[in-house]
Amino acid sequence: MKPELVTLHINGRPRITALAPNVTLLQALRDLGYMDVKCGCEQGDCGACAVLVDGVAVNSCLVLVGQADGCQILTAAGLGSVKQPHPLHEAFADTGAIQCGYCTPGFIIAAKALLDHNPQPTELEIREAISGNLCRCTGYGQIVEAIQAAAERIANGK
Amino acid sequence: MTIKTKPLPPHTLPELRQVGKPLRRVDAMGKAVGATVYAGDFALPLMLHAKVFRGTQACARIVRLDVSKARALPGVACILTAADLPDARLVSDMPGQTGQKQRSGSDVPVLASDQVRFYGEPIALVAAETLDIAERALKLIEIDYEILPGVFDPLEALQPGATIDNLPDPTDPDLRNVVARWAIRKGDVKAGFAEADLIVENTFRVPYQEHAFLEPEAGVAWTDERGVLNIRVSTQVVEHFRSIARAVGIPQSQIRIQGTMVGGGFGGKEDITVEVYLALLTKATQRPVRLVYTREESTLAHSKRHPYIISHRTGVKRDGRITACQIKVISDSGAYPYLSPYVLLYTTVMAPGPYRVDNVQVDSVAAATNNPFTSAFRGFGGPQACFAYEQQMDAIADALGFDRYELRRRNYVRTGDTTATGQPIETAAWLEEAATRVLAALEAGSSKLEARNSKLETRNSKLETDNQSPAIGHQQPVKIGRGIASFFQSYGRITWLHDTSQAWVGVEQDGTVLVRAGVPDLGAGQINSLCQIAAEVLGVPLERVSVYATDSALTPLSGTSTATRQLYMSGNATLMAASAVRKVLVDRAAKYLEEEPEKLDMADDKVFVSADPAQSVELSNLAKVCASEGLPLANLAMFKAPFTDPIDLATGQGRVFPDFTFGAYGVEVAVDTETGEVTVLQAVTCCDVGRAINRAAAIGQLAGGGMQGMGYALMEDLVVEKGVIKTPSLAEYLIPTSMDFPTTQVIVLESGTGVGPFGAKGIGEPALTPAAPAVASAVSAAIGVPIHELPITPERVLRALKQRDSLLR
Repeated sequence: MKPELVTLHINGRPRITALAPNVTLLQALRDLGYMDVKCGCEQGDCGACAVLVDGVAVNSCLVLVGQADGCQILTAAGLGSVKQPHPLHEAFADTGAIQCGYCTPGFIIAAKALLDHNPQPTELEIREAISGNLCRCTGYGQIVEAIQAAAERIANGK
Repeated sequence: MTIKTKPLPPHTLPELRQVGKPLRRVDAMGKAVGATVYAGDFALPLMLHAKVFRGTQACARIVRLDVSKARALPGVACILTAADLPDARLVSDMPGQTGQKQRSGSDVPVLASDQVRFYGEPIALVAAETLDIAERALKLIEIDYEILPGVFDPLEALQPGATIDNLPDPTDPDLRNVVARWAIRKGDVKAGFAEADLIVENTFRVPYQEHAFLEPEAGVAWTDERGVLNIRVSTQVVEHFRSIARAVGIPQSQIRIQGTMVGGGFGGKEDITVEVYLALLTKATQRPVRLVYTREESTLAHSKRHPYIISHRTGVKRDGRITACQIKVISDSGAYPYLSPYVLLYTTVMAPGPYRVDNVQVDSVAAATNNPFTSAFRGFGGPQACFAYEQQMDAIADALGFDRYELRRRNYVRTGDTTATGQPIETAAWLEEAATRVLAALEAGSSKLEARNSKLETRNSKLETDNQSPAIGHQQPVKIGRGIASFFQSYGRITWLHDTSQAWVGVEQDGTVLVRAGVPDLGAGQINSLCQIAAEVLGVPLERVSVYATDSALTPLSGTSTATRQLYMSGNATLMAASAVRKVLVDRAAKYLEEEPEKLDMADDKVFVSADPAQSVELSNLAKVCASEGLPLANLAMFKAPFTDPIDLATGQGRVFPDFTFGAYGVEVAVDTETGEVTVLQAVTCCDVGRAINRAAAIGQLAGGGMQGMGYALMEDLVVEKGVIKTPSLAEYLIPTSMDFPTTQVIVLESGTGVGPFGAKGIGEPALTPAAPAVASAVSAAIGVPIHELPITPERVLRALKQRDSLLR
């Protein structure tokens, strides 16, 4: 398939790239160097590749890059850095919500999408919001705690 | 029934400053912001992309293999088949280590040559300019098979005449398809049964389990300017560089494995995965090569937890005391041994459970089949043993009319008792302490569950009023039950493997601390624990400790991240190295402060007089002085586990493990007797971890292990038909999500008696072991039917109920 020009606004920066239309957003992001978007199954089963496309959490393995043309894309690394972490990053790091860490960027994105719409979610709402993300290490309890803690930190303006 | 929690025996737990605190792990923030570079995230200039061509038969002769069309495809750099690699084999059974003679044919060929023995066996390797070209090349490889019948049932495999056509020793008909055997003979089983008032016999079956780590196997390899083969890979074992060097035919000093942070291992990255293919392709092409498995390939390519058939015959007195047990264990090893002999040994040793039995007979055998191969999975044979012995304990209790916990309590081993192999239990065995806390927590938790219980009651009464359940009549269809499982599980490797670990600790001139250790971090916090130990000993905050890990050439070799051994082994090595550095610092400070070294302490970046902390010296100043005087501020230490001879092969008597972890797990379930659906209402675990090094990490291990165990109990169903995995995706092989089970409530006990640093015991594997048996126990309590097989699917529950009802009629 012939490459086509696609514009992706990734973490606030426009990236124009020529890609075949059958390339997934996941592949495109990783080829562009956004390695925080993880590849766990390429079938939409695990959520490790979740990103926000125009504010909506999607599995980037299920989106063709053409569908994201002109869209705003946010990855977990776009939220902050080791030096300037987002409250979600801090809360995940502090509550034991991260073990192997491979699923973490996807969970951060799912949590961000939730808190954007629902700043004070109940435990059940949190569990529902992350139900498309698989974690094999933690058993989810500490991830739920982390999202609760992040919600509090954000509410307190920290 | 109200349970009184058993008070903890007197034990000493010295106050520590860093160890035990739920500090932010050193690896956490990098992972949170997505800055951690995993094995598949790494790229090199002019890198080739690799793919593995795999067989699509479980048992067949390869009649024709033609790679010429694939080789001719533009952009294909290299195709390797077994014909190109005459000696490429991976040794999977180490002579002198299992205590058995090496069996011919037990090595694993890197690529199948004349026959395939399991579905998905690697046959050819492709390296191409792009992934797309590599995938197209796979489709151009031509192969013809002569399909052979194959053996897919371990019982059948052990019948005379059965053969999977390669294993293990064709010269010895008695050993046909026998991958390993172990036996235990302790006491006098005949006399024990004669003494018994009741004999209970049952057979239990446990299935495969898939690791389902989120990061599929991945790696990249290149040859550097000095000809050293570098492999950056996600692995639990950097020491595999030796086997790879042998398979590839290069000196062991010319290969370097740089392990990455592992995106989940659980034993599935304990055997060699992509790294040997990367080594072969890089050597052949002299170019960098990357190989990343898809989810489906990952599921086909790595091992599984062993399915087992375990039969228990137990003699008991009317007072509940066990007089004898006779246990038969059969495991399915698949086509190659891998770690099956070791896994089988673990099951054998732990088969009777944490119970005092003077008369024990265990006979175990691992059979070769053409099924998916099986090897390490968190628990390493322990969870299978635990499922069987705990369901057997329930059966005995029910037969005697005993409370299930009370029967266990009367038989628990205590410190000083011996295991089935005659090994004395030398540390705390807090079985009663753990079990009573679990039961009390379940009791307390029940009241908090009112909301959910009322929902259940609504459903029950609704069904009753609607009269939708004529078969059950006016009985309530949703039944509640509680179950508990006690367990013991070893930590540290088998003592006759003569395990060692090395770690290096140094203090820099600004008072920061460096740790170097070849430890793979699987996400359990392995490297963080080392940092927290060094921080404790050298009195610096955790942020001032840096760690370099997992490099087979540049960090001291620390051994495998398996067998729940890293905290025990490398933690002790780090403690030794840090203590040696501390001694240099404190001795020098003692001269300066004109005080006895024993009266000094280290904390907050200072050495100070314990009785008068104002009298102190800054660590950075002290380090500079030591450096100028040529005092060594770095130390490389080696920790040795106890070294023993192998057990007696006829009787199984002797020491097998460094030590054991003890604990209990409890669950409360609701079983819908109309749909067969099991809902876990609450789960509690209580474990003596010896000493928690990082409390949040310890809780994470116990809760996460519990979740994997509950998945094993209720959901995870690897469907294998004639050797073919029918569920090779995460949409078909379902692992728990955030909605499936409640978070396991974790009760951490610290006896301080473990053989790890600061009295720590291992918990990585023990965390999983008791969960599934507790779920099974709860389900059987709810519906009044014993559970002898996992997973407890709705179909199985309904079948069990039907059987019960037909028996009652």
